[in-house]
Amino acid sequence: MSQGLVILGATSKIAQEVARIAAKEGREILLVARNEERLEAVAGDLLARGAARVETIGCDLADVANHQALWSRVENQMPEFTSVLLAYGTLGDQVRAEQSIAYTMRELNTNFISAASLLSYAAASLEHRKTGVLAVITSVAGDRARRSNYVYGSAKGALTLFVQGLRARLFASGVRVLTIKPGPVDTPMIAHMKKGLLTASPKSVAAIIYREMEEGKGEVIYVPAYWRAIMAVIRAIPESVGKKLKF
Amino acid sequence: MTSDIEIKSGASAKTQPSAPPENAPDTSYKSWGNYPQASHRKVLRPAWMDEITGKLLTDNAPLLAYGLGRSYGDSCLNDGGTLMDIRGLDRILHFDAEHGSIVCEAGVSLGEILLIAVPRGWFLPVTPGTKIVTLAGAIANDVHGKNHHVEGTIGCHVEQFGLVRSNGGEIICSRDENPELFAATIGGLGLTGIILWAELRLKRITSAQIEMDTVPFATFEDFIRLSSDEEGAKYEYTVGWVDCLSGRKTRGIFMRGNHATEGKLRTHPEKIKLSVPFNLPSFTLNPFSIWAFNNLYYAMGRAKAGHSQVHYDPFFYPLDKVDNWNRIYGHGGFTQYQCVVPNSEVAAFQEILERIARAGQGSFLGVIKKFGSVQSPGIMSFPRPGLTLALDFPFRGEKTLKLFAELDEVVAAARGALYPAKDPRMSPRMFRLSYPRLEEFRRYVDPALSSSFWRRVAEEKA
Repeated sequence: MSQGLVILGATSKIAQEVARIAAKEGREILLVARNEERLEAVAGDLLARGAARVETIGCDLADVANHQALWSRVENQMPEFTSVLLAYGTLGDQVRAEQSIAYTMRELNTNFISAASLLSYAAASLEHRKTGVLAVITSVAGDRARRSNYVYGSAKGALTLFVQGLRARLFASGVRVLTIKPGPVDTPMIAHMKKGLLTASPKSVAAIIYREMEEGKGEVIYVPAYWRAIMAVIRAIPESVGKKLKF
Repeated sequence: MTSDIEIKSGASAKTQPSAPPENAPDTSYKSWGNYPQASHRKVLRPAWMDEITGKLLTDNAPLLAYGLGRSYGDSCLNDGGTLMDIRGLDRILHFDAEHGSIVCEAGVSLGEILLIAVPRGWFLPVTPGTKIVTLAGAIANDVHGKNHHVEGTIGCHVEQFGLVRSNGGEIICSRDENPELFAATIGGLGLTGIILWAELRLKRITSAQIEMDTVPFATFEDFIRLSSDEEGAKYEYTVGWVDCLSGRKTRGIFMRGNHATEGKLRTHPEKIKLSVPFNLPSFTLNPFSIWAFNNLYYAMGRAKAGHSQVHYDPFFYPLDKVDNWNRIYGHGGFTQYQCVVPNSEVAAFQEILERIARAGQGSFLGVIKKFGSVQSPGIMSFPRPGLTLALDFPFRGEKTLKLFAELDEVVAAARGALYPAKDPRMSPRMFRLSYPRLEEFRRYVDPALSSSFWRRVAEEKA
């Protein structure tokens, strides 16, 4: 069986760490992200770490109009892929979103609309092959909208539902669909925030994601696992109380 | 975007989500000796080389790059200024397994290079006593190791690197391109620019094992004989451990070795199993425990005397096995005294050993080695032909400073030098005497860069 792995948003810190694990196992990897210079650096790193082959496609993933062309390049450059990991997203600036509707729409487009579009292409490919894994990084923030980041949270929440739907659709074809909900991870995405005890390292998060993609049986994972319990509590807060919370 | 709909007065300040907390000074970045402490106004954590620009340097001056914090004193600190934590630049950009060259981003550690290189039959050309240092940090301190007498410093094996200075974009430095900046940056303590990436030439190995000889010595003359050029030519790696309480009746263990020719190309374990979880109480290290340790170490060395084959990890990096071993020195911290004196100044070297023994302040491993004459390209490089001593001391304030000042006088009279990477206290005068090309070096110091060390020893002109 071929071992091709396609990573959408390959310059995200978590994606890079997942790719390093895959490289160490000698796999073939296709990296897609916007910045070509950065892709080049990541590709060199993965080759040095043992990847059998690394391909790159530089393009703006948020540009939905370009997705059809992008997907044919993916099929072209790595026709034998078996796993797809969607790993991009922007945390965004909630304050700015409240002052600019256009900014809000852009954030929703990046984190939900464009992801849903790309996942539709990936799902069709995998459905046709009747094998493989489609893994999507959403967020614990999608489990409940919060005052301090509901724009990001609602996009991730919508994405979580979309992926749930894909899972039901692809089940019949034998394609596994995995929803990954990380808590805060120590990456450049949250570089401006204070790091608490619950901030996980990208390396440890990546190890869990990779293992789950390769050997796991689960459908929805929280990374680290304790977030499942934390989010259960947060979801249970009644709306009458939740609306008064500032967090 | 011109079509952007701006909502100016939608929400009152009260219902706005709280803005990110004010950037409080950061005290989490420390040097290895935990002395002195520093507080940084701001810490930058670039994840990509392209984020580091001349403007970023200017806007955040005074700035200093920080790697893995293995410098003992204050050369890796920038009290009151900005630190740029470069560990996010951890990619290997290119590895040529055929010719043994590796191009890495600045924050890649020597240990990470070994993990990639060893399985393919390559090794670091020069390695210090820990692999938990970044490549850029190794260059900035022009580190040396047990093979200095044959291979020189790490700077001798650096082909080229990319450097960003506050007045522009990336420039490439090598022996041919910008050779003056190349020479100023090797051993330049991070003051000439931010190193983005570097290319290192590696050494061929056919085994990860080291053929090691352990030879106890009971006089200083024995150590000198073991370190002679003739003897040194037979062994790529040589180093002496000296009982710091033995003084003129110098005794110690001489270790020497070569790469084995047969054996597996097995790397070191990726995870460190042991750790010192917190600072130990300061009485852990007292004259008795140090005396007992030195005796025990000497006895063990004698018992192990002879030939053995060991993996490179315990041979080069015995202390890397314990994470945060510096915490055994407690909150007071510790420091190291490392000096070099010319070969002709054996008497001065012995006097240093004797003064240390008399003071009874030293701690565990006193390391002595004879440097060779391979010249580094770095104009501020510490190693030079002669005898070097490196010894850890728990930091005991005045008492420690007084002893060091005494030792300084012996070093100065012998035309020796001190090593900034180990130093929290040398005087501007000692720095000047140690580095005769200091005035030339100043010309290449980037005005946006500085460090606690630099302000302490060099900022006011002589």
